[in-house]
Amino acid sequence: MRKGRELASVTDRTAQIGPDDILLFCTFRNEDVRLPFFFDYYRKLGINHFIMIDNGSEDTGPAYALAQPDVSLWRTDAPYGDARYGVDWLTYLQGKYADGHWTLTVDVDEFFVYPFCDTRPIRALADWLDASEVRSFGAMLLDMYPKGPVGQTSYARGDDPFETANWFDPGNYFMSQNKLLKNLWIQGGPRARSFFATKPKQAPALNKIPFVKWRKPYAYVSSTHMMLPRGLNLVYDQQGGEKTSGILLHAKFLNTFGDRAAEEAERAEHYAFGREYKTYAERHGADPDLWCQWSEQYINWRQLEVLGLMSKGNWA
Amino acid sequence: MSLGVIMLVHTGFDRAEQMVRHWADAGCPVVVHVDSNVPAAAYDPFEQALRDLPNVRLCARHRCEWGTFGLVAASQEAATLLLEDFPDVQHAFLASGACLPLRPISDLQHYLDAHPDTDFIESATTADVPWTVGGLDRERFTLRFPFAWKKQRRLFDAFVKLQQLVGFKRNIPEGIVPHMGSQWWCLTRQTLDAILRDPNRATYDNYFRRVWIPDESYYQTLARLHARKVESRSLTLAKFDYQGKPHIFFDDHAELLQRSKAFVARKIWRDAHLLYRNFPVSDQVQPNAEEPHLGAVDRVFFQAVDRRTRGRQGLYMHSRFPSIDRQVSIAAAPYVVLQGLGDVIPAFQAWLTKQTGAEVHGHLFAKDRVHFADESEVYRGGLSDNARLRDYNGKMFLSNLIWNGRDQHHCFQFGPSDTQDVCWTLAKDTNASIWVISGAWSVPLFASGRSASEVRAEAARLQRIEDKFLKILRSPDARARIKIMTLAQFIESPMDVLQTIIDEMAGHRGNALKEVPRMPDLTGLPDFLQDLKNQGMHPFLTGHITDGNTQQTKPVQRRKPYVISGK
Repeated sequence: MRKGRELASVTDRTAQIGPDDILLFCTFRNEDVRLPFFFDYYRKLGINHFIMIDNGSEDTGPAYALAQPDVSLWRTDAPYGDARYGVDWLTYLQGKYADGHWTLTVDVDEFFVYPFCDTRPIRALADWLDASEVRSFGAMLLDMYPKGPVGQTSYARGDDPFETANWFDPGNYFMSQNKLLKNLWIQGGPRARSFFATKPKQAPALNKIPFVKWRKPYAYVSSTHMMLPRGLNLVYDQQGGEKTSGILLHAKFLNTFGDRAAEEAERAEHYAFGREYKTYAERHGADPDLWCQWSEQYINWRQLEVLGLMSKGNWA
Repeated sequence: MSLGVIMLVHTGFDRAEQMVRHWADAGCPVVVHVDSNVPAAAYDPFEQALRDLPNVRLCARHRCEWGTFGLVAASQEAATLLLEDFPDVQHAFLASGACLPLRPISDLQHYLDAHPDTDFIESATTADVPWTVGGLDRERFTLRFPFAWKKQRRLFDAFVKLQQLVGFKRNIPEGIVPHMGSQWWCLTRQTLDAILRDPNRATYDNYFRRVWIPDESYYQTLARLHARKVESRSLTLAKFDYQGKPHIFFDDHAELLQRSKAFVARKIWRDAHLLYRNFPVSDQVQPNAEEPHLGAVDRVFFQAVDRRTRGRQGLYMHSRFPSIDRQVSIAAAPYVVLQGLGDVIPAFQAWLTKQTGAEVHGHLFAKDRVHFADESEVYRGGLSDNARLRDYNGKMFLSNLIWNGRDQHHCFQFGPSDTQDVCWTLAKDTNASIWVISGAWSVPLFASGRSASEVRAEAARLQRIEDKFLKILRSPDARARIKIMTLAQFIESPMDVLQTIIDEMAGHRGNALKEVPRMPDLTGLPDFLQDLKNQGMHPFLTGHITDGNTQQTKPVQRRKPYVISGK
C-alpha cells in the first residue's frame, strides 16, 4: 500500500492490543475541542484501543490524543482528498492491526448507538454478532441539530454535544439499492430538506457500516458508506424482516459548524471538492436553523427503535 | 441429596467452575465433561480448581462438534459415571457451563421429590411438530450427513439434495419412533439407567451416530421406550432464534428471569456480572413450590423472531428494505386516493375532512409543490413540500408519509396534472383504495370559461395521461382496491358514491351524510364537450354526458336508524 508510506507513527501502543479487543479507527483534523468527549463516550461503550490518524492538525488535538493511554497515533500531512477521503490510510492500518478484531470506524463527530447500548457494552454486541455469524453491522447517520440558529449554540471542550444538538428529523429518509455493490444508498434528513431540496441527488449519503469483524482483505470503498467484499454491505433484510441495526448520532451542527464549512469549502478536500460544504457556505453564510415543528427531541435508543430509525431485529 | 448434575463444558471455564461449585455446595454431585478439543492449558487449571470438591468428578473426554454424536457420547459417559459413583442420585440433570440456576437448588430438589417418577424431557414426534433448522425435521432421521453443517455447508446441502433426488432413505431401527426436543433434560435414575443398559444400545448408538443433531433426539426418542411418566418440557429455560441459535441472556434480563421462576436458564453471557451476582438466589428456609411461568419470556423472544422474519409492515429503513415490487402491501396502513372528485365538487377537501375526520391532503404529487392537508412547508416526520425532493423518490415519499402518520387515515387527491411516477406503486399496494372519476378534468377546463379550441390541446394531454393510469389500474398486476367510473356515471348519483367513500374511510364512525357538498353548476358542459369533439378531440373518458344528467340532483334524505339506548 503506497498510502501507508504517507503515514508517520507518532505513538505506537498497538502492542497493548489483546486478541479479543475491540478497536476504533478514526481520522481527524483540528478537533481538539471534540476529542475529550469522544474518547470518553467510546471508553464507556467498551472500546479497548483507539487507532487515530491526525491529518495535519494545527491545534493541540494531537498532543491531547497522544497523552491517552489507550491511543496509538499516526500523522500525515498529505491531502485528505487524494487518499480517498482518508479511506486509504484507514485501510492500510486496518489491514495491519484489525485482522480478526471487531472494528468500529467513525469520525470524531459520530457517536455509535445500538440496541441496548445503555445496558449492554459493545462487547455484548460483538459476542452476539459472532454467535449469529454476522460480520458487519449497519448504522444510519442521524444528523442532530439544536433548536434555533446553529451558530448560537456554545459548545465547550468536553461537553456532551447532544445537550444542545438534541433534535432530529424522524421520518424523511429515502433510500435505493446500489445494484453494483448491493448497499443501500440513503439520503434525507435535515440537510436534504434545508440545503438540497432542489438538487436532491447531491444530498449527502447517510448509510454507514461502521462496525465490522475485520479481515485483512476487507476495505471501505467510500468513507464508511460501503465495503468490499460487497457481501458485507447486506446489512438489511430484503424479505420483509428487520436485521439488527444502529444509528450514528451526528454532532455536526454545533457553533463550530459555520467556521468549519467556510474552511472546508476553501480547502475543497472533501467529497466532490467539498460541494456539500460549498452549499452550506453559500446558502447559509447566515446561520442555518434546521429545527421545524416536526423535529423530535432525542431521548434514547428505544425512541429511535420505535420510530423505525433502527431495529433490535432478532436481538432481545 | 438425590439430584445429580451432568455438566458439559467447552469454554468459559471460570464461569463453569462457579456453576460447578454452586451445584456442589448445595449438595448435588456433579460429573463434568470437558470437550476433548480443549487444550491442556485450559483444562488443567480447571481440573486443579475442582480438586477440593469431594462430590465432583471429571469423566473421560469426547470430541464435541456441534450437531454430531460426540455430544451424546459425552453425556452417556458422564451419566454412567454419575449413576455408578453416586448411588443416591434419583434424578440426573443435564446442564452446560453456560446454564445458570435461578432459583435455590433446594426448590428444584423439592420439586423433583414431589415428582419422583417423572422424566422432564421435551420430546415431540417429528411427524406432528415442524421444528426446523435448515428445513430438516423428519429427514434428520432418514438421510446421511457425512459433512459438517457449519464448516462444509455447501457439501452438506448438496448431499442432502442428492439424497432427496435419488430417494435415499435409511431404515429406522425397529421399535423406536423418532422424537425431538430441547437437549437439556432431567431424567430419573431408572429411565437413564434403562437407556444406558438397553440390550439394543449398540444398535441405537450406531443409528444415531448418523442422525443429524442427535443430542436433540437420542434421549428424546429413547426416553419414550423406558419412561414411566414423560413430562414433555424442559426444566431449563432456553430460547432459540429463527435460525435455531440459542438466545443469550444479558444483565438487563434480570427482572424477566426473576419473574419467570424458571429453575435454570441458558445461555448466559459470560460478562453478565449482574446476573451472576443476583443468581442463583440463595437457599431459603422454606422451599418454594411455585411452578415456572414463562409467558413473559416467551413473548419477548417471540417478538424478536417476528421482528426478524416479518418486521414492521410499511417501514423502509437501513436494515429493512423489502423489494417494493415483490411486496403485497407497500404502505404501513390503508389510505385512499381520489382522482377527479376534487375537480367536480368545489371545496371538496374541506368537506371531506369535516365528514370523516381523516387526514385529507390536496394533490400530494402536484407539479408545483406538495399540498399537504395543512398546506404546510414541512409535514409530519420532517417531509418537505418541495416537489423535486419528493419526485427524487416518490415511492419513499409515499411510504414515509403513511408510516409517519399511520395512526391516522390518509387520503389524497390525484390527477393527470400531477407527477405520474407513483402510479404503479399505488396500483400494486393492497393498502391503497383508488377511486377514479374519469374525465373529471374536463370540469375545471369548462369552468375556466375558455373556449374549446383554446383548451383542446390541454384536454387531449390530460386525457392521454389519465388513460395511461387507467390502463395500469386495469392491469392484472394491480392489487389495490380500485373503483373507476365515468364522469357521467358519477353525476347521475354522486351521493351514493360519496357515502361509500366516507363509509370506507371513517368506518363505523361514518354517519349518514350530515351535510351535502355544494354541487357544481354543470349547465353547458354537454355543449362544451360537443365543441371539443367538433375540434376533433373526443373526450371518451367522460362517458355520455347529456343535458339530462347535468341537472342538479336533489339528494335523497336518508332516514336515520333508530338506536335503542341500553340504559
